[in-house]
Amino acid sequence: MKKLLLPALALIASVLAPLSTHAEAAPSPPHQEWSFNGIFGTYDRAAAQRGFQVYKEVCSACHPVKHLYFRDLAELGYNEDEVKAIASTYQVTNEEPNDQGQMFQRSARPSDPIPGPFPNDQAARAANNGALPPDLSMIVKARDGGPDYVYSILTGYKDPPAGFNLLPGMNYNEYFPGHQIAMPPPLSDNAVTFADGTSATVPQMAHDVVTFLTWAAEPNLEPRHRTGFKVMMFLIVMAGIFYAAKRKIWAAAH
Amino acid sequence: MAQTSLGATSRIIRWIDHRLPFVAMLQRELYDYPTPRNLSYWWNFGSLSGIMLVVMIVTGIFLAMQYTPHADLAFDSVERIMRDVDWGWMLRYAHMNGASMFFALVYIHLFRGLYYGSYKQPRELLWILGVIILILMIMTAFMGYVLPWGQMSYWAATVITNLFSAIPLIGQSIVTFLWGGFTVGNPTLNRFYALHYLLPFVILAVVLLHLIALHRFGSNNPLGIDKRGPQDTLPFHPYFTIKDLFGLAVFLLIYSFFVFYAPNFLGSSDNYIPANPMQTPNHIVPEWYLLPYYAILRSVPNKLLGVILAFGSIFLMFLVPWLDTSPVRSARFRPVYKWVFWLLVIDVIALGWVGANPPEGLVVTVGQIATLYYFVHFLILFPVIGKLERPRPLPASIAAAVLQSGGGTGLGAAGAPVAKP
Repeated sequence: MKKLLLPALALIASVLAPLSTHAEAAPSPPHQEWSFNGIFGTYDRAAAQRGFQVYKEVCSACHPVKHLYFRDLAELGYNEDEVKAIASTYQVTNEEPNDQGQMFQRSARPSDPIPGPFPNDQAARAANNGALPPDLSMIVKARDGGPDYVYSILTGYKDPPAGFNLLPGMNYNEYFPGHQIAMPPPLSDNAVTFADGTSATVPQMAHDVVTFLTWAAEPNLEPRHRTGFKVMMFLIVMAGIFYAAKRKIWAAAH
Repeated sequence: MAQTSLGATSRIIRWIDHRLPFVAMLQRELYDYPTPRNLSYWWNFGSLSGIMLVVMIVTGIFLAMQYTPHADLAFDSVERIMRDVDWGWMLRYAHMNGASMFFALVYIHLFRGLYYGSYKQPRELLWILGVIILILMIMTAFMGYVLPWGQMSYWAATVITNLFSAIPLIGQSIVTFLWGGFTVGNPTLNRFYALHYLLPFVILAVVLLHLIALHRFGSNNPLGIDKRGPQDTLPFHPYFTIKDLFGLAVFLLIYSFFVFYAPNFLGSSDNYIPANPMQTPNHIVPEWYLLPYYAILRSVPNKLLGVILAFGSIFLMFLVPWLDTSPVRSARFRPVYKWVFWLLVIDVIALGWVGANPPEGLVVTVGQIATLYYFVHFLILFPVIGKLERPRPLPASIAAAVLQSGGGTGLGAAGAPVAKP
């Protein structure tokens, strides 16, 4: 067994190595409690629906969720009519022109992607001091630290320390690499009113919107966890059977 | 000759076998195939690698049915696989983590060979075919990594193809030729896709040659001595089929853990940002399995020399059968090499760590020492230790050694230290 140990450690070490690297000094985001953590983790539907509300009423002013369709929202526990109602509040350009060859606007259907705030990246930059607000549908997977990082950014705005040279138009954020972030603090207490009576504090909204965004980035997490458990159980049983068979077959061979 | 125990019961199989001795071949190579009875679990990694190759090809073919190899569409098509294709997320995570698993298995297999001298006469060609497989795997993995067309895909493609620009005079022309343009772009993605689909089948062919070469003399074993007769061997089936199956189940548990519970642990978060030629990531790192080569590349201040050493570190493997001058195969009987082997393991891990970190301060120093040691290990220590070392006496036969170490579990018997006869 000792001989197995060293290469195993070697493998783990080489695997962990990239994690120890970070380009610029920013404190690593503290771990939060998430409903989707762990092998049985699922999305807290109420939190994700509140998070969608935060996205819709706050974030979506600047950030798109390019990979999400209205139909996807059904997974958050909205029924068919609710999804249709949500979609119909948006106007989209039809993919095909009408009989006169004119492009036309219509209200969105569940089969449409959720439209973003800007027609293109240039328009987004023009409206945001030259900075491009990133797509949020992948943001949790596209940043080291994942949900903890996004949560920390949303709650990490502070006054810059004395002597810190904050560039004009930038904001100080404890967890952003380099601490200079173009996004102004997006959340403030009671920025939204939750229908379920949850008090809309900044940490609460940040927690809810990160739950929503994690679902947006990894919508198949729940089937993945469920399938994984079945697969692992099956393999543990098979490994046991194979090991017993191996012992029996080899019993006379030594 | 066509009479086989597998096919003996069926007249149809006997009829076919008389004309095309396929079942006879299976009988000979997978059933009766005499295998050293003392193989340890370290000998599971070859068959596991082969199975992993099949898993990669199968998941890859199904992914290819949904993927769009175009610079404007590739990223979104991968996301569509993840979100809207039935079980697409599982195919993609299995393929993505499968690459890491494949390399982990092959590296363990390779170090097993280094420890037990599996490359020595008469298995030199077997070893060389293995090195060819490794090189093909590296090429395939690199091109596969480019296909999702994320930030790391794009910049890895840029950095690695640019290595060829270090070649004097014609370097830049070669790079333009590889790109199919003046920057990494759609033509690059298209040709990488074509080659990424092709190379696994080339690997499959070389694996077959690897198996033919293996079955010529059979597996080496932990004692490194030749088998002398039936008392030293056991038929492959059922002894090693069941042992491989048990190993497979354990391996699949580890693999499944990554696929289902930590699918992005081994990857880079930057690759979930679409490729952007205008913005370089903070630092560009390859996947973990290429980090040691990357470390060697960066440890040399001269670009051309760095490229030569990085490629050389792999090509050096071709010479290993002749660099090692010791007549004894297994490190078990080589008191000096036994320890030096672990220095190489530590050295390669150190190189991996160096490759993962930005090249500044201590990282550079460690990288240069580790690079130097890597070449000293093979080019100087290998031949010198082989000449100077006084090997311990070898056991008379595999059977004698197995009997001496007594019974016990498979692990115990196979891995037990062998007393000097």
